[in-house]
Formats: sequence, structure tokens, C-alpha cells
Amino acid sequence: MSDANNKGRAAAPAAGTSASAPGFGPPGGRGGRGGPGGGHGPMGGMGRPVEKAKNFGKSMRRLVAYLKPHMGKLVAVFALAIASTVFAIFAPKIMGKATTRIFEGLMAKMMHAPGAAIDFGYVGQIVVLLIGLYVFSAILSYIQQYIMAGVAQRTVYDMRKQVNDKLARLPLSFYDGHTHGEILSRFTNDMDNISNTLQQSLTQLITSVVTILGVLVMMLTISPLLTAITIIVLPLSFLATRVVAPKSQKYFADQWKHLGELNGHVEEMYTGHTIVKAFGHERKSIDKFNTVNEKVYEASWKAQFISGLMFPLMTFINNIGYVAVAVAGGIMVTRRAIQIGDIQAFIQYSRQFTMPIAQTANIANILQSTVASAERVFELLDEPEEEADSATAKVLSSPRGEVRFENVDFSYKPDAPLITGMNLDVKEGQTIAIVGPTGAGKTTLVNLLMRFYELQGGKISVDGVDIRDMRRGNLRCTFGMVLQDTWLFNGTIRDNIAYGRDNVSDDEVHQAAVAAHADHFIRTLPEGYNTVLNEEASNISQGQRQLLTIARAILIDPAILILDEATSSVDTRTEVLIQKAMAQLMKGRTSFVIAHRLSTIRDAKMILVMNHGKIIETGTHKELLAKGGFYADLYNSQFTGASLEAEAV
Amino acid sequence: MLKLFRHLKPYAVAVVIVVLLVAAQAIAELYLPTLMSDIVDVGIVKGDTGYILRTGGLMLLVALADMGCALIAALLSAQVGMGFGRDLRRKVFTRVEGFSLHEFDIVGTPSLITRTTNDITQVQMFTMMTMRMIIMAPIMAVGGVIMAWQKDARLTWVLAVVIPVIAVVVIFTAGRALPLFRAIQKKIDKINLVLREGLTGVRVVRAFNRVEHEKGRFDVANLDLTKTSITVNKIMALMMPLMMLIMNITTVAIIWFGAKRIDLGEMQVGSLMAFIQYAMQILFSLLMVSFLFIMLPRASASGTRINEVLGMIPGIKDPATARAAEDEHGYIEFKDVSFAYPGAEEPALRNVSFSAKPGEVTAIIGGTGSGKSTLVNLIPRFYDVQSGSILVDGVDVREMAQEKLRSKLGFVPQKAVLFNDTIANNIRYGREEATDEEVAHAAETAQALEFILAMPEGFQSVVSQGGTNVSGGQKQRLSIARALVRGPEVYIFDDTFSALDFKTDARLRAALRKETAEATVIIVAQRVNTVMDADRIIVLEDGGIVGLGTHRELIRTCEVYREIVSSQLSEEELA
Repeated sequence: MSDANNKGRAAAPAAGTSASAPGFGPPGGRGGRGGPGGGHGPMGGMGRPVEKAKNFGKSMRRLVAYLKPHMGKLVAVFALAIASTVFAIFAPKIMGKATTRIFEGLMAKMMHAPGAAIDFGYVGQIVVLLIGLYVFSAILSYIQQYIMAGVAQRTVYDMRKQVNDKLARLPLSFYDGHTHGEILSRFTNDMDNISNTLQQSLTQLITSVVTILGVLVMMLTISPLLTAITIIVLPLSFLATRVVAPKSQKYFADQWKHLGELNGHVEEMYTGHTIVKAFGHERKSIDKFNTVNEKVYEASWKAQFISGLMFPLMTFINNIGYVAVAVAGGIMVTRRAIQIGDIQAFIQYSRQFTMPIAQTANIANILQSTVASAERVFELLDEPEEEADSATAKVLSSPRGEVRFENVDFSYKPDAPLITGMNLDVKEGQTIAIVGPTGAGKTTLVNLLMRFYELQGGKISVDGVDIRDMRRGNLRCTFGMVLQDTWLFNGTIRDNIAYGRDNVSDDEVHQAAVAAHADHFIRTLPEGYNTVLNEEASNISQGQRQLLTIARAILIDPAILILDEATSSVDTRTEVLIQKAMAQLMKGRTSFVIAHRLSTIRDAKMILVMNHGKIIETGTHKELLAKGGFYADLYNSQFTGASLEAEAV
Repeated sequence: MLKLFRHLKPYAVAVVIVVLLVAAQAIAELYLPTLMSDIVDVGIVKGDTGYILRTGGLMLLVALADMGCALIAALLSAQVGMGFGRDLRRKVFTRVEGFSLHEFDIVGTPSLITRTTNDITQVQMFTMMTMRMIIMAPIMAVGGVIMAWQKDARLTWVLAVVIPVIAVVVIFTAGRALPLFRAIQKKIDKINLVLREGLTGVRVVRAFNRVEHEKGRFDVANLDLTKTSITVNKIMALMMPLMMLIMNITTVAIIWFGAKRIDLGEMQVGSLMAFIQYAMQILFSLLMVSFLFIMLPRASASGTRINEVLGMIPGIKDPATARAAEDEHGYIEFKDVSFAYPGAEEPALRNVSFSAKPGEVTAIIGGTGSGKSTLVNLIPRFYDVQSGSILVDGVDVREMAQEKLRSKLGFVPQKAVLFNDTIANNIRYGREEATDEEVAHAAETAQALEFILAMPEGFQSVVSQGGTNVSGGQKQRLSIARALVRGPEVYIFDDTFSALDFKTDARLRAALRKETAEATVIIVAQRVNTVMDADRIIVLEDGGIVGLGTHRELIRTCEVYREIVSSQLSEEELA
């Protein structure tokens, strides 16, 4: 959708400005519509329905504040826009004088008056004057748009940067509550909307208003009566806009809704293609698609038709004005109330009216939708942030790796406490295995260690320092982490491995890869370490991705290791190798290992058995087995599945 | 792009009517200035008020006819444009649903989604705009020149000068701006990519303390986009005032040279006024055409992508005369099967032969990339083998109707996929006629009943899109229930159990054993304890079978298997 908008907008400056420019529009003012695809409001081809801002005034003021640094330029832009428009407005009247003089000369000749001729000296003067006016107006208009290009884009640049910086300060809990699509949409669609309004609509509004007023004044100075006749059609234009636009809005909203449904279906069916095929549901899927597709068609042709009505209607209304001017003007000329050139000027003026009026009628919608966009961006900017590092935050220069949990309370949602009164004392170099069923809170423990979330009570300390008193950056540097979801970015394998540190030599990258047993497969890739991982990193297997993330963790040489089900996607044989590498790596380091695979943690110094967010048992493998509790149960179920049969069925 | 327009065929009549209507509109709009010039040249000069009024009345009628044509054209072009989009979408979607996994691998799922959604919207908008505005332009331009020529042939030379000038300006500006517009689109994609990576990898970025690094990456992309946007907007800032200037100077030139013609008595004032209006109509038409050039590259890029999809013939098709396999139920046989993914140097499977019978459990174990998933993907004929054959119930899968073949199978993929629907409907996806009891029973067997009942709406709870409101293990269990409810002859579990914790895994397998006793079961697994009890274990390495037998046999005979086992089980368990 935003694509369609972009294109419409890109073309729009062309069509947009033509309206306020002087010269004859063709009958019907066909030149001056919102441009193909017209980005804004009800003209928008497949546009979104107009949304209303929640708090228009407040958000508007805040949006305007972004323009403050560019105030000087903006004032210049407005001054230039006004000047350019005013110059342009004078032109038709002057041009009309030339026409009149030509006509007079002609009439005189027809009357065979002595020495009668067209006064070319006078016409020539006017021609020179007109050219001067037009050139001047064009230059001013160019400068104005030139400056505005910089202002608009800079402003949006600042906003984008601000939002991105903000995202870096938001706590992880924010990301739990918002989908990526939602956040991305604020970035692309909303920013786009704001940018286009700044680029075009703002100056358009100024020039439109100036044009309307200026033209009105000029017309009045020529003939109040003809002005009245011209203006009679104005309410009709407004009426047409007001009546038709909301009607099409309804269908646009329908279209938007159904199209969303359709796209959702497409996405689901394509991503689940294997399942659709495996279960033979292709026909059903196509049937559903066709049903929704038909709904999209019904809504969209109506939306297009009704919004397309605007065009002929406005043309017709303009033509009424055109005819009125021609007829009334003609009669008035025969009665010598006005002159022939005045008709020409009026025809030009009434043309110049068309676009600004349509624009001002639409400007409310544009502003509404822009401010609504801005509001969504502001909402994001107003989200509560992570607590900032205190000024006196400590830095551990050479962390030993002692970790203590004291009476830690934590929950994701206030009404569902997850961890209560947890205590844990880990000495330097110890390996801690955390086991338990899915959802037992194992990942939560990591989230807390890294201070991705804030505690509700108690404290966690590293080397005796409360982690809240440490710089986050420093705290996280002490951990090396391999997460369940292997995140790699769109770059070379080398850069992905080197991700954790600056200034990494190729040698170090190779060593890390070798240690993680990734070197071999990397070298079999056509580009080796320079292989660029594609966007979903789908050009290497899940197991290989896992190896890369392990290499990445090895490279940063952390004091404390966190292995979060790190090897669950690596096949068993590779895992043996990884285990060896890990054992090497874990030597002398405090390590937290989370795994479903009991064999990988059997050698742990201490095992924390978690269930429902609580640590329910601690001890070594042997101790826990002897204890015959939850862990023993868990462990035995692995090998004596058959004995569970009676229980399960 | 043009290739796509052949899909407009059903609308040929409507399109012709639209063109005629638009032509009529153009004529009407060109006729108005002519009438106006009559008012001036005849009515005013003679002081004939009656004539002026009559001509004014005629003008109103012309304007009304103009509107009538425009309204009908708007109706038709809306229906044609949107109908065209609808047809294209339907064709593309239907085609894609017929694709095998092979075609999905080539194009990529995200790209297929974009092609079916955005690309078609793009083309549809382009068609719509063409019908609304761009058809008008050439008719108007040609008509305008003819009318101008009629009014005063000699003065038409002004147009002969201006039109090329405008053309040059448009081509020059478009030539400079178009690559930039394209660059902007790429840069927007880039900034979105960086942002999306930042979102998906937020934990990693923070864990590695690379927030500043990411900010830097973003800022580079942001600045890059901003600079190009400024450049392109500055070019566009030049274009419009320049165009207006040319038009205005044209007007002035027409007045000046027209005055000379009037002075010679070869032209009348009203004609001059009409002439100016024709000139403007011609120039605006040219401007419209320039929009075509701005929109075309984008739409044609979309068009090419759509054509690619429509041009792809699914590699896997039902045979003309499908053979049914009625006599046997659940027999699977691989006969010397080799398979390589397209473009891959090494085959993913080589010379694989084995057979499985009802009531048997066949387990497949092996390292990453050893070909386990590939093997099971061949059974439902997601891909076709290069050599050898796969028989299901004695019939080659290539000789069976795909639907028939798949109706025999209960497939549980490695990555559990659920649909945005209720839990009950997700399970029922396996067999639509399944009763509530059967659904509940399948859920129970799959160890899913407990968590389903714990959800606020039970079986009627809706799984969100992408299944974000259920955990990985829960998804997997629902996916198993879906296969169970189907009651198939053959169950295929592609590494289905690794997302489950041990206890659930054990219970599930125990429950499954009862349920699938009569069926053929094929399990891909990584854990030894999952495969230990299987009737037959296939050990794969580099696409070939290196061991085939029971756990006890393989421990003795298969080196690879022993390695796998020793990595997972302790000494005493081995004994």
C-alpha cells in the first residue's frame, strides 16, 4: 500500500504546483489534479481511509516543534511562496490589457478609423513585462521548493533518527507487546506520510490560500459583477467535495479491510504451503481466496468509481463557470461594461481557482491523517524507557564472574508473579545447569541476568556489585550469550562472527570458527568467510546458523557464559564437537547452561531445577537422582518412556 | 508490462468504450474554446446578445455531454481496472497453490507474497491511472493540434517550437530523476532491513552491547536516504516552475505573434483566445504523458515479477491417467532413490532403498544436512526424485493423483505451521468431517488437551497469525493432533519431538504408540531415545544410508550410529 502512496506522491509536486501557476488551464482544469495515484486523502487511488488524530491540537504543536530549527528557512519559504504566487496572479490581468489593446486596434481598423493600427509598442511593453513576471515567479517558486526539499527531508531524518534511538532505549517488555510489523509501519507509512505533507502540502496550503485571496482581489478590481457570477459556482465545488469524498471513504475503508484479509490469507497459505499441500487443501484455500478477492473487487471498484466521480463533477462545475464568464462577459463587453481582455483574464482566474479550492477542501483531511501519523510516532517516543545508567555507574574492568541472586522477585505481568524470593550463589568458574519443563522460567533467568527486565524485588549482583549500579553496556559485555533464536544479520559470515567486538582480525575470526567447528562448513561455501547471509539467513542450515552464533560468543571471550538451548538445533554428532569446544571455553568461566538435553548438563557443578518460575531443586546430578524428586522423575522419563505408558493413556 | 495487458482481454469491449468516451470527452473539451471564440468573434463584434446566449446554451450542453461521457468512463474504468487486478490476483494465487516446494525454493516465500499482493496492486493502480488520465493525453494533444491548425495554421509553428522544448525538459528531468526514484526505493528497503534486523535481534544487539554500532548502521542508511530524497526533490523543484514558465511564455508568444496575424487581418481575437487554450491543453497532455514515464518503471518491474510467476509451470503435476492404489494400505518403498536440489553440486540423497510396512516404526537419524528431512519430503511428492522410485502401496508416487497420495499421509513438519483460526479448526484441518470428540481425542493423544483446556476459550481459542500466542512445543503438539485426526495410513514425523521437553516427549510417544499401532510410522529424530525402540532405524550420512537395522544391531555394526549414541547416552545406559 505504501508503495502506491509513494509513487503518487512522487508525481504529485508536478501536478500540484501547476494549479497555482498562472496561464490558461484547459477547460475543465484537467492539468491540475492531484497527480496520478494522488497520495492524499480521498483522491488516493488505493489510499487508506482518512484517520482522525486523537488530540489534534497537541500533536500538531509537537509536530510543528520539529520545524523550529528550520524556522528561518521556513519563513523564507513562505515569503517566497507568497511572492511567487502574487506575481503570478498579476499576470492574467496584464495579459488581458494586451488582448484588449489588440481588440481595440482591430475594431478601430474595422471602423476604418484613420491611422488605426494595433499598438504594438504597448503590446510589446506588456509582453516584456509579462515575461519578466513569469521568469521572476518561476525563479522564486524554484528557490522555495528547493529550500523546502532540504527542510522536509532533514526534519524527517531527525524524526527517524529519534525513533531509532528511542527503540534502543526501550525495555524488552515493549517488544513483547508490539509486533515488528506494527513498529515498522510507524517507520515507513507514517514517516512517509509526514514527509510528503511537509514536502508538498504545507506550501500548497499557503499558495492555495494566497491564490484564492489574490485572485478574488484581482477579479474584484476588474469587475465586481463578473466576480459575483464566477463565484456562484464555488459553493458547488465545495459541496461536491464534501458530498462525494465521505461516500468514497466508506468504500475505501471496506476495500482496505478486505484487502488486509486477503493479504493475510495469502501470507498464511504461502508460509504454510507444505501443510496446505500435505493435507490437500489447495482447493479450499483457492475458494476462500476467491471469495475475499471478490469482496475486494466489489469495494474497490465502488471506491474508485465514486472517487473518480470527483473529476467529471469538478470539470462540469468549472465549465459552468467558464460558460457563465463567456456569456455574461460577452454581454457585458457588448454593453461596454468591461473590456474583451477582461474576459480572457477572468477565464484564466476562474481556472486558477479550481485547484486551490479542491486543495483547501482536502487540506483538512491531509492534516488529520498527517497528525494521526505523527501521533503514532509520538506515542512510540513517549513509551517509558529503560532506566538510564546512573552517573556513578560502576564498570568492572576485569570481571571474575561471581553471580548472586538475593530474594529476587519478578513477573512479566503484575498479576502473575513468576519468580518469588529466589536465591542463588554462583562462584567463579562454576557451571550451572538450569533444567525444567517448557515455560518453567529458564529464559527469564537470563533476561534478569542481562538486565533486559527490571526486578520487582531483591537484587542480583556480579562480583558483589548490584547490576543496577553497573553500566548496562559493561554488564552485558561480561556475558557471552548464545540464544535460542539464532539472530544473524544481512552481512558476510566474517562480519557476523566478528559482531561482538570492534577491530577483530581475520585470524581471530578463523580461530573462533574453528573452536565452534564452523570453519569446515564455512570453507565449503563458494565464498567462504565472505559469503553474504541473505535476509533470512536461509542460505545456510539451522545447525550452521547455530554454529555461527557459537563462534560469535566464543570470540568475545566473556567472563560469564550463557548457553540458552544453544545446541538443540545442531545434530548430535556436531554437538559432540561443540560440547568439547564448550568444555574448553567453559573452563575457568562461570557458565549458565539451559538445555532440554540432559546429557549436555550432566557434568554441571550444580543443577537448578525450575518449574513454574521457581527453583524447586538444586544439587548435582547424582544428588538429585538420589533425592528422587522432580529431577529424577524428569530424568527417568527419558529412558523409561514405556513405564509411563499406563500413566499417559 | 504489455504482456500482462493480455489479461485485459475479457474487458476488451469495455476498454474500447472507455477510449471512445474519452475521445468524445476530449472533443467536447476542445469544442468549448471554439464556441467561446465564436462568442467573441461573432457575438461581441456584432453586439448580438441573442447569439451570445444561444452559444452559451450550446456550451452548457457540450459541458453536460462531456460530464456524461466522463461519468460512464469513470464507471467502466473503475470496473475494468479493479476487475483486471482481481483476475490477476486470482490467476497468480491459483498458480502458486499449484507450485511444488521446488518453485517455492526458487522464488522464495516472501517474494511470492509480495508478488501476489503489492506487485499486483501496483499494476492495478497503473492500469487505473492509464485509463483515467493517460488515454486522454494523446487524444487531447492530437485533437488540440488539429483544432489549433484549423484556427490558424500559420500560428501553429509556435507549437512546433514549444512541444520539442517541453519534450526535452521532460526527458531530461525524468532521465535524471527516475534512477534516483529507483535508488530511493532501494534505500527505503535498506533502512527497513536494518530496522527489522534491529527489531528481531534486539536481545542479541543488547547482549553484545552493540547498540551504538546498530545506531551507526541505521544512521548511515538514514542519511543516505535523506540525501537522495533531497536531491530528487530538488530536481523536481526545478521541473515544475520550468514547465510553467515554458507554458506561460508560450502564451505570451501566441499573443505577440497572434497580434501580428490579427493586424494583417488573417486572424480574429476570439480565435487567438481559443488558440491559447488549445496550446495549454496540448502542453498539459504532454505533462500527463510524463507521469506515465514516472510510473511506468515501477509498474513494469512489478509486471515482470508477476509474469515470472505466471510463466512458471509447476514441476510436479498429476499424471494424465492416475493410478489408484487400492489393494494395499501403508506400504512404502524406496527403490534406489537419488535426489539433488536444483543447482546443488552434491545430491542430497543417493541410492536410498528401504521399505516400511503397516504396524512398523521406521526411524531416520543422522547429522545436519544428512538428508533426513529431504527423505521424508519425497514421500508426499513435495519434490520429484532424479532417479529410482518411491512406491506407496505398490504404486509409484508419480503415477498417483497428488491429492490421493497425500490423503494417505499424516505429515508433521519440522516447523509447526498453524493457521489463524480456532484450535479446533486447526486440528480439523487434518480431516474436515472430524467430530468434536475425534478432535478432542486427537488433542489428548498429542498431549495438547491440558493446555488447550487451560486456555480461556478452550478449543474455540483463536491461534494468532504466525501462532505467536502458543509456544513452540504447543504448536508442535497441535500439529501432531492435526495429523492424528486424519487417521492416515502413514504417519510422517519430521523431527517433531525435539521442541518438547523429555517428560512430554515420553508421554506423547507412549500415547502415540497405541494410536498408530495399525499404521506405518516414519520418524525423523535427533535424540537416540526417540528412535531406540523403532522396528527399523535408518542411519543417514551425506545422503546415503550407512546403517539400517534395530538399535541393538546398529550398536554393533554401525560406527556412525555408535558415535551418535555415545554422545547422548552414558556408559551404563549403553550397556
